[in-house]
Amino acid sequence: MNAPDKQPDKQVVQASGVRMSYGEVQVLNGVDLTVASGEVSCIIGPSGSGKSTFLRCLNGLEPVLGGSLRVLGQEVGHTLRGDRYHPWTPKEFAAFRRNIGMVFQRFNLFAHHSALENVACGPVHVLGTPGDRARALAMEHLERVGLADHAHKRPHQLSGGQQQRVAIARALAMNPALMLFDEPTSALDPELVDEVLEVMKGLAAEGMTMVVVTHEIAFAREVGDWLTFFADGVVVERGRPRELLANPGHERTRAFLSSVLHPKERQDHQ
Amino acid sequence: MRTEPITDASGRPIPVARTWHWGRWLAAVVALAVAAQLAYLIVANPNLDWGKVAEYVFHDRILSGVWVTIEISVLATALGLILGVLVAIMRLAHNPVLSGLATFYIWFFRGTPVLVQLIFWYNLAFLFPELVLKIPFTMIGVKWDTNDVMTGFTSAMLGLGLNLAAYFAETVRAGIQAVDNGQTEAAYALGMTPAKRMRVIVLPQALRIIIPPTGNEFISMLKTTSLVYVVAGHDLMTNASQIYKANNRIMELLIVASLWYMLMTAVATFLQGRLERRFGSEAVRLVRGGGLAARILPKAAA
Repeated sequence: MNAPDKQPDKQVVQASGVRMSYGEVQVLNGVDLTVASGEVSCIIGPSGSGKSTFLRCLNGLEPVLGGSLRVLGQEVGHTLRGDRYHPWTPKEFAAFRRNIGMVFQRFNLFAHHSALENVACGPVHVLGTPGDRARALAMEHLERVGLADHAHKRPHQLSGGQQQRVAIARALAMNPALMLFDEPTSALDPELVDEVLEVMKGLAAEGMTMVVVTHEIAFAREVGDWLTFFADGVVVERGRPRELLANPGHERTRAFLSSVLHPKERQDHQ
Repeated sequence: MRTEPITDASGRPIPVARTWHWGRWLAAVVALAVAAQLAYLIVANPNLDWGKVAEYVFHDRILSGVWVTIEISVLATALGLILGVLVAIMRLAHNPVLSGLATFYIWFFRGTPVLVQLIFWYNLAFLFPELVLKIPFTMIGVKWDTNDVMTGFTSAMLGLGLNLAAYFAETVRAGIQAVDNGQTEAAYALGMTPAKRMRVIVLPQALRIIIPPTGNEFISMLKTTSLVYVVAGHDLMTNASQIYKANNRIMELLIVASLWYMLMTAVATFLQGRLERRFGSEAVRLVRGGGLAARILPKAAA
């Protein structure tokens, strides 16, 4: 997956000067970032740097207030008709989001549904897939994340790692063209992190386009095609993961890396 | 309390002395004596004719009154629940007009006594002698005499139902807000519209949370229906009062009515207990499926 010559023919994400604020607080100060089809783009940075907010802008969960953000060929939140951009209706947002899977830090599984129903929910209620077919497909997705045996358990009966794998299967069931991961392992006990990362590695190997906000530096180095370092709502630097981790170009990046890397990992990079 | 002997170091069992809780015994005896005295005063009262109680307890008009009371309670509760969900959703809407109207509705119906509302509906004919339902700007429509429509029964159902809706709306709103916001985001991320998210994800969970309080509302409704006697709704209390107005056996008929109210409350309490066992733990964890709410509401891959 690290082959640098992957054909960047199709830009899935094109962000230029994206700005966003919560009231007075400026969260994104002009983010420039592109993600090509089939690429795994990892985003790291200190908390409060705007990386999660940027990810949530990508599927319209947060509004873009300035700049331009094109995802899957569409200007997120607006459609150009005549000489004006018209804000999307909730229906248009919903139609747009069908093609983008999202995995949350806190799993956010539907508590009243079993694992299988969680995965079948999107196809049944959004795509209109018949129940039987949706369940069969859902079972396949659960098998893929290694949870076929737990299909009928409720979220509270599953471990954090299992819940997050169900959440990934739920997103995959919609056949997304882009997968967003918002710190998918941050809420997990350390021994459960690997099972989730394994599923994500499998996805990357199959060529899924992924944007991953993470603190898992090892994952970013191994799986990421690109690594982007966020701070204070801007992209500080971006590069191939191995190069960026070995030779950070900015003092901010160096300071951040030395605070998150374990001593042994730090040696590995030198 | 320990009853087995305690074995000492040499292996010899030493019995444990029994504790006499003199205070408890004394309090129990005093309380029993007072209660027995009060019961005796009523049961042995020479002015109270238990024969009349026995005569009327299965009287036709009492039984039909019991039936009407159950009908009004069920219908008014159903009206209150459906309308309450609507008002709650309006209250949470982003549209300030809808939200304002819902707030006004809740304030108005909680701010006026039920008794006033019942009498208002019953006397609606003073404001509108005729009720007309027609397509605007046409002559097509239907017309009723208000007094034919607003019988004691319908005004009771409307008055109690609309009133319950105001209280219930607040319960539903709390239930909706109790559903974790993360699930709303996950629903949006899957491509659901806000309406679909409400119907498929939030309401099924919110309704499970509020099923136990709903049982309370129904039990309380059973007894609130007794207010209906002011509009002669032919319910239990109305019929009992009409009998005692004729034969002047007020106490006997109040006892008859109370016995029936107590029986209905006992049955409703039993049913509520079962509902709560079914949904109670779920109200906290929101997990099990296949219940009432799941059967009523559409469900993914059920």
